[in-house]
Amino acid sequence: MRNKNLYYKLSFIIVLAILCGNFVYPNYFNKFSDFLKLPRIPETPFKLGLDLQGGSHLVYEADLSQIEEQGQEETMAGLRDIIERRVNLFGVKEPIVQIQKERLIVELAGIKDVSEAIKMIGQTPYLEFKEQRSEEETQKILAKQKEIEGKTQEEIQQIPDWQLAFEDPYFMPTLLTGKYLKKAGVGFEQAVPNPIVLLEFNDEGAKIFGELTSKNIGKPLAIYIDFQPISTPVVQEEISGGRAQISGDFTLEEAKNLARNLNAGALPVPIKLISQQSVGPSLGKISLDESLKAGIFGFLAILLFLVIFYRIPGLFASFSLLIYASIILSLFKLIPVVLTLAGIAGFLLSLGMAVDANILIFSRMREELKEGKTYLLSLEEGFRRAWPSIRDGNFTTILVGLILFYFGTGFVQGFALTLVIGNLIGMFTAIFITNNFLRCFAGDKSPKWLFLWR
Amino acid sequence: MIQFLKYLKAYYILSGLLVISALALIFVFGLKFGIDFVGGSILEVNFAQRPENQTIQEKLKEFNLGEITIQPTGDKGVIIRVREIDQDTHQKILSKISEISETKEERFENIGPIIGKELRQKTIILIIVSLIALLCYIAIAFKKVSFPVSSLQYGVSSIITLSFDILITVGLLAFLGEFYNVQFNIPIITALLTILGYTINDKVIVFDRIRENLLKHRGADFDSIVNQSLNETIVRSLTTGSCTLLVLFSIFLFGGETLKYFALTLIVGIVIGTYSSLFLAAPLLVNWLKWKKMKLRR
Repeated sequence: MRNKNLYYKLSFIIVLAILCGNFVYPNYFNKFSDFLKLPRIPETPFKLGLDLQGGSHLVYEADLSQIEEQGQEETMAGLRDIIERRVNLFGVKEPIVQIQKERLIVELAGIKDVSEAIKMIGQTPYLEFKEQRSEEETQKILAKQKEIEGKTQEEIQQIPDWQLAFEDPYFMPTLLTGKYLKKAGVGFEQAVPNPIVLLEFNDEGAKIFGELTSKNIGKPLAIYIDFQPISTPVVQEEISGGRAQISGDFTLEEAKNLARNLNAGALPVPIKLISQQSVGPSLGKISLDESLKAGIFGFLAILLFLVIFYRIPGLFASFSLLIYASIILSLFKLIPVVLTLAGIAGFLLSLGMAVDANILIFSRMREELKEGKTYLLSLEEGFRRAWPSIRDGNFTTILVGLILFYFGTGFVQGFALTLVIGNLIGMFTAIFITNNFLRCFAGDKSPKWLFLWR
Repeated sequence: MIQFLKYLKAYYILSGLLVISALALIFVFGLKFGIDFVGGSILEVNFAQRPENQTIQEKLKEFNLGEITIQPTGDKGVIIRVREIDQDTHQKILSKISEISETKEERFENIGPIIGKELRQKTIILIIVSLIALLCYIAIAFKKVSFPVSSLQYGVSSIITLSFDILITVGLLAFLGEFYNVQFNIPIITALLTILGYTINDKVIVFDRIRENLLKHRGADFDSIVNQSLNETIVRSLTTGSCTLLVLFSIFLFGGETLKYFALTLIVGIVIGTYSSLFLAAPLLVNWLKWKKMKLRR
């Protein structure tokens, strides 16, 4: 009965090992399955931190002193959207823009020209209103654009009025910009089911807006943010009170977003770069290679040590450490854990500690074997007596790890996370995997070979 | 069996010397706090041809940067540490030093005073919380009182030896800071806290053995029980320590500049921690007991 149970457990371990191993390094399996026309294992890459792939971590502080308390959150959200849009222009893969109270954190992975990026981010968002051009002008610009098509820079400059071709053919700028907007909000109108966006201008803005609307009744007025059209509402009547509304097929979410964008454009909160960490891509690559090298050498050294000092049990411990490594690396891919230098250090340290649990079991087992007990009894006894030490040992490290994770920042968190994951899985491998490996040999009682176990 | 308790005096003298030298190093050299605590900038550049430090110093004179630390790294790299600078100055410095020879910026870190202050506060909170948690752990771990040593004595002895571990490590960091420009920064603090979490275990395991043996051999002499326990745990302490050390040495040797001194701190801490749990923690208990008995006789 117990034997059958053991077989189940062993098959579970083997399946787990194969799954994790191939998930971490799918190349061989995929070659094999391509050959047999089987489905491939998805090649999930590890998520690398900025210090390993190169990139920039920028912290900005927004000056919210001019903004009322309630408006601050909204302003920050607007700021984030604007900066997100700007950042997206750099062609950076998965840029991160986060708000932390009055802080804005921007992470640009693999960016080449950081100073250019900083320059572009630093500009305050720009809101402007544009009115429709006359039909005649539109035609003129469109014609010019056709004229320059397919011509080189030099040839274009030969054409009279060539600058015209680079103008927006449909809309032209007006005096009204975000400078005059007091604030934007979301509202509802009784007759219309959809939410509307409310604009409020200051006195000067109200005057300009009044003139603009009286001139453009029945025509669209385009709202641009950062030189991109956001909305083109059609003017219904002249508006003199400095209040406007944009109605359209907005969902509540869209209306909120637009209001936020307008607020951001209208309220240029100055932002200041207060901290910057940039790592060049080549240094990142070097760091990655070096830490991988450190990991591989450390791992091999441990395997060698285990086999030399503990012979057969050491060999099994080595196997379970291999499985341990593949489980952890799979988890890093699945969760996913962003791997930084600190994270790799935590993982490697946890590897050293995972060995500890195995060693504790082996030394207790040796003691029992020396007392002349049978193999199985020694194993069980050794395991039982080693458990409290394993538990306490991992507990203190996990305790410190959790504190580091909750109270720490950046480096500390990366280190603590992998250390804690590593410790948990390390306990599991010692208790479940090594233990069951050793149990396979319970039937073999030949005293001739027992010295290999001592 | 090794007679651990025969050379008590030697352990105390050695430990005392270590403490005195660590304190001396800390007071004489002080700690070189990293920019993550005090604010400042680190600029790492690779030159096509690395110039003398002096040449770079000259070039940077006009910026009024205050103290400038220049440290060669790798084959052609240089790490420049200065006070906090803004983006403009950063660009100007880059173009100025590329007048010397072609440069490529590898790394730039700039931590303003606000962030520096925040990190400092956060780190202090982190240290306090960790210490409280460890004290609670020690109190709980030694709650099961055992004769003839009280749980308080186990606890106090572990705290003394843990402080010893950290003090010696910090002393070494003061030395490294002075002569190798090693910064006392957040990674180092992380390493120190990890050392605490790691070596507290060594102590707990030694004490656990002592307790176990006290129950097993009731009435036996406390000295011989301590000695026996140390003999039983030494193999475990050494093998466990060495596995972790194998990995750490590997990081120290191959793991690159950032992790180098982080790993070194852990190595030193773990070596000292293993030493102190074998040669300091238990002997302290024995001497405490003897001292108490002497007081009773009087």
